[in-house]
Amino acid sequence: MSTVVVVKPTKPWAVTPKDRIHGAILFIGAIAATYLFVAMTPMKGKLAYFAIFFIFYMAFTSSFQLYFRGSASAKDALVNSIVAIGAAVTVLPILSILWTVIQKGLPGISLGLFTRDMALATPTDPLSNGGLLHAITGTITLVSLALIMSMPIGILTALYLTEIKGSLTKPIRFLVQAMSGVPSIVAGLFILSAVLYPITKGYSAFMGALALTILMIPTIARTSEEVLNLIPNDLREAGTALGGTQWRTVAMIVLPAARSGLITAMILGIARIAGETAPILLLTGGGDRVNPNAFSGPIGSLPYYVWKSFNAGSPEAITRAWAGLLVLLALVLILFISARLIGSKKVGKK
Amino acid sequence: MNSNESENEKMETTVKPTSLAAVAASLNTRKHGVRAMGTGLETRGIHAWFGSHHVLSDINLDFASGTVTALIGPSGCGKSTFIRTINRMHEFIPTAAMAGQVLLDGKDVYAAGVDVTKIRLRIGMVFQKPNPFPSMTIGENVLSGLKLAQLKVDKKDELLEDCLARAGLWSEVKDRLGAHGGSLSGGQQQRLCIARALAVRPQVLLMDEPCSSLDPGSTLRIEETIRHLSESMTIIIVTHNMQQAARVSDYTAFFLSEDGPGQLIEVAPTSEIFSRPRDQRTENYVTGRFG
Repeated sequence: MSTVVVVKPTKPWAVTPKDRIHGAILFIGAIAATYLFVAMTPMKGKLAYFAIFFIFYMAFTSSFQLYFRGSASAKDALVNSIVAIGAAVTVLPILSILWTVIQKGLPGISLGLFTRDMALATPTDPLSNGGLLHAITGTITLVSLALIMSMPIGILTALYLTEIKGSLTKPIRFLVQAMSGVPSIVAGLFILSAVLYPITKGYSAFMGALALTILMIPTIARTSEEVLNLIPNDLREAGTALGGTQWRTVAMIVLPAARSGLITAMILGIARIAGETAPILLLTGGGDRVNPNAFSGPIGSLPYYVWKSFNAGSPEAITRAWAGLLVLLALVLILFISARLIGSKKVGKK
Repeated sequence: MNSNESENEKMETTVKPTSLAAVAASLNTRKHGVRAMGTGLETRGIHAWFGSHHVLSDINLDFASGTVTALIGPSGCGKSTFIRTINRMHEFIPTAAMAGQVLLDGKDVYAAGVDVTKIRLRIGMVFQKPNPFPSMTIGENVLSGLKLAQLKVDKKDELLEDCLARAGLWSEVKDRLGAHGGSLSGGQQQRLCIARALAVRPQVLLMDEPCSSLDPGSTLRIEETIRHLSESMTIIIVTHNMQQAARVSDYTAFFLSEDGPGQLIEVAPTSEIFSRPRDQRTENYVTGRFG
């Protein structure tokens, strides 16, 4: 009988428990040193803890590595901690914002919020009075109108830049890039002075959507341009080699191939404008009742509602404002997810 | 092309590069007499430039209907550029320029007023890398040329089956025509691209190294396909694989660039190119002494 040799899969490169203990000791040591340092010096506050902890942690890990493994490992550890700081600094504020909004907004959420508007209530009323319906429908109206206007214009601009490559490509690309930095209040004032005062002479969702369109087009155009540039030239050549005109090739092959990327462009566009407040304040009038007519009369929206409620200042109003913020975040999240789902739908299998 | 040589002479020659010549001579599908059927495609004094870089100089080649012509030569000698001038894909490169005439049934495809999309319907192309359209199913891919060119066909299902069968793919995909084109293997994708090119019924098919990214098995399938197709159309194939040129082509043209634009060194029936090339440079290349 021969003995069966069982070879177990191992990972000799994996982190050993000993390494983990060293890491934990260094981490705790850095915390302790930070605490002592802050206690002994006049530097106080959360931010001081945060900054000094990272400096200590960086110094500890890299000198540990320098002592035991040499300078290459020390540099590696140093860069590792710097990268970790970058990630933490990015993620922490976002998590903190989310946490604050959820914590303060949840008490204000109730079913009535989604079925009533504020026509018969003021922000300082008890939470059982009034709701967000006018603001939710208003925001959806504004975003949809802006999307309907900016999506075709943005994609056509991107097509001009990537497919036609006409002589105006460079100035247009420059303008689109410059436009994406336009402060939203400028877009709002432009529509106010160019359209609202001389022509319509009244607030409406359409006025707000026009300003949002100005803000949205550059985002959609730039993202779409990047996406269309990623479509391999092979596909365009294959299309034209089959006897398609440029327009047919773009419409039948390039755009469908870029679909999920174009939906990303749409999402980024929505993200740019969903919470936009300044042009909304100038142009929509912020009504308190549900306004089904997008082209006439003031219309509410979530950012406007939040702004108005915070201004009212009573505890109920503040809770309303946080609830409005939470609903706005949720709304944007729902839009993101549904757009992703539509975009990732594969070619059907019959 | 030199088609005056008789079959006997070829058999008598002292065969130099034994294997390739043997392969080329052994195929009984040779049809050097076909030229009498009429010349479908002629190129007259083709030059090509990219910017100020002269890449192709004075190419005169006739392609007889129903033959397979292989273009061989080292990389960068202008073979691909040459076939791209034939169906006017050359002009997609912004700095490109050309001179000369491409005569399809006696009419210059570069003449003023010619509808370039009609030219590309008659001169199909298969590319080096398989490039099925990612947003379409297998069936949609095959028929995409009709949609692109807005052609009406009565019996789409029959055309679909016919094209896939001629490309040697029907039996493998007939049960999953609704699947994604990208779900096929590389060799299947390339045959799908051939089927796609066939659907618009071209009279000439250009193939730019169609097997360079495929495994030997898929390569053989595609070579079989090429031999079948040559019964009904003119095929021009660029290849770096001399075995392949010997296996599939009736004529072989050798391109070379010697510190200058690419030139046509020699064109002859394939068995001749591999057995007794007239030019020393051709002999060096086909015997593997360089390139």
